[in-house]
Amino acid sequence: MADDRSTGTESVTVPLDRLASTCRALSRQPRARLACAAAENDPRCPGAFAVHYVFSLPERSLYSSVGAPIPASAPSFASLTPLLPAANLHEREIREFFGLTPVGHPDPRPNLLHELWPEGTHPLRRDFDPAAARSGQPAPDYPFQRVQGEGVFEIPVGPVHAGIIEPGHFRFSVAGEPIINLEIRLGFVHKGIEKLAEGRTPAEALSLAERVSGDASFSHGLAFCQAVERLAGAEPPPRALLLRVVFAELERLYNHLGDIAGIATDVGFAFGAAQMLILRERVLQRNRELAGHRLLRGIVVPGGVTADLAGSSAESLRSFLASLLADFIEVERIYLEADSLMDRVEGTGVVPRKVAEDLGAVGPAARACGVDEDLRQDHPYAAYAELPFQVQLQEDGDVAARMAVKAAELRESVSLISRALDRLPEGPCRSGLPDGNPAAGTALGWAESSRGEVLHRLTLDSQGRVARLKIKSPSFSNWPLLSWAVRGEIVPDFPLINKSFNLSYSGNDR
Amino acid sequence: MFDIIRRNLKTGQVTVPVTAGGDPEFELVGAELKAKLSRLLNGRSLHVREVDAGSCNGCELEITGLSTPVYDIERFGIHFVASPRHADVLLVTGPVARQMELALRKTYEAAPEPRIVIASGDCALDCGVFAGSYAVYGPVESVIPVDIRIKGCPPPPMSILRALLAAVDRL
Ligand code: SF4
Repeated sequence: MADDRSTGTESVTVPLDRLASTCRALSRQPRARLACAAAENDPRCPGAFAVHYVFSLPERSLYSSVGAPIPASAPSFASLTPLLPAANLHEREIREFFGLTPVGHPDPRPNLLHELWPEGTHPLRRDFDPAAARSGQPAPDYPFQRVQGEGVFEIPVGPVHAGIIEPGHFRFSVAGEPIINLEIRLGFVHKGIEKLAEGRTPAEALSLAERVSGDASFSHGLAFCQAVERLAGAEPPPRALLLRVVFAELERLYNHLGDIAGIATDVGFAFGAAQMLILRERVLQRNRELAGHRLLRGIVVPGGVTADLAGSSAESLRSFLASLLADFIEVERIYLEADSLMDRVEGTGVVPRKVAEDLGAVGPAARACGVDEDLRQDHPYAAYAELPFQVQLQEDGDVAARMAVKAAELRESVSLISRALDRLPEGPCRSGLPDGNPAAGTALGWAESSRGEVLHRLTLDSQGRVARLKIKSPSFSNWPLLSWAVRGEIVPDFPLINKSFNLSYSGNDR
Repeated sequence: MFDIIRRNLKTGQVTVPVTAGGDPEFELVGAELKAKLSRLLNGRSLHVREVDAGSCNGCELEITGLSTPVYDIERFGIHFVASPRHADVLLVTGPVARQMELALRKTYEAAPEPRIVIASGDCALDCGVFAGSYAVYGPVESVIPVDIRIKGCPPPPMSILRALLAAVDRL
């Protein structure tokens, strides 16, 4: 990877036996967070691999990666999970998708791949044979955690749920009313996106990136395009960087409106939900008018954006946002005055700050526990460096705090968009990449989506095709928080607590 | 709250101005749907069960949008139900992920006849961008019989409404 501070990233390769100690040193830097861990096939040596740990170091505005080669003769590496709990699911994923053993990891179970695949199925290995995997003997049943004791019973829910939501399986162990343990089993909508991307051109892979999680289409597309641009050494024109802020914040707006509505729905506050959903729909319709797509697909491309805002549409967007904000503030006041709502959300579904930090939580869920992190500030991209804003924090870590963070961020989004519009220079909104083909190599791209950190780690080969695309969604980081948030709560509050995170299943499962 | 209610009463339906920004046809198709339903189902609403068989959630975003006051398809007699056992129609999205294939089959089997199936979105029709993945079983029709197909990524609310109208014609 380009070891260049100007890209906001650095990377080192160390011998495998020094990987853990190097990571430990990084993890002790101030506000360090393990963002993701990823494995890859060694392009030169069949059967050999490499693993990489990527840390966010906000104090230095740096993503720092540490990698180590893994020889074909001993496909294993020392697990960091006992030291850094945030590594848990990343390492489980490396084990199942590459067949590399994280030695010392406390949980040997697969994470995303279900029993229908034979044992030894490792889809991201170069020699993976899908036909053999389909015809083999299914693996033994997944061993759920067992909570035993007098009066303890289990409630399994899903994968298909009552509402219009994505599929996932939840297994509650309860004693009387309170939840003792929640085990979350996902992977149902695993689509093999990382493997599918391999061998494609960046332009082809972009349409996959935009479909990792529909409601974060723009953020995933943006993160991917920024990785391509880092490899190409290309910087989009200033106008494009500001327009990216506009679209990214429009995406945050409609999602936060929908999330706040969801919380109202789950406490039976139908009036409040309806009002927020009207506002959400107004944003979706505006997206369509501005950019031709309600979910903002097909707009971000390597080198810029395809949708420009002509003079009059910038003006009308400004007045649209002013009226949206006025309406939002009016509805928000009603929320805050509705005891039936506030009684349910205050003190419910608490995530302690220490847990959020240890698990590497991101986005509004982390900020609601007082964890100060927001990629727009910590690792500025697009035009965020020139648009200062207040990172929104709360302390309580409950449903109310998550709702409050989103409500405050809505206001910041409106302000960011209008300031981006103020600064919009004349000029193109897209530039070609230098001589067409980005250079071979690896680069990161990231974006703060409405749920938090989206990270794409892209490796292109000498033909300019994708050799490896690792996608880390904010939901992957945050799902484990939910298990903590529901402990001691009652099952009927689960939908509410779940909605206050509103995580993406597809983003997690990919 | 009462201020807003008062204003809403004054401005008439909240749905009108925003829907007009989308498609005035929505009201026409909706009215036709409602008329047909009251003839066919004796005033009962049409029960729709949504099944995400592997979607990216973009399709769900638009389907949930149908129940918001802006579209409010409940007023035409469309009701989203919690269980396939109550469903007249299954509205299926996504390429069928291998890890959802069984759940989709079971959901279909749980629905009572005639169980009209709408495959909604490019992925449901031909796996869309996910075609060829080891983790994707196939389009919806490779798992259960499909009656109606909706194109789009994701299909906009109007297309879904039209498909529901077509579903009623098959009852
Ligand atoms: S059709 Fe488009 S929106 Fe729907 S699931 Fe497929 S990719 Fe997502």
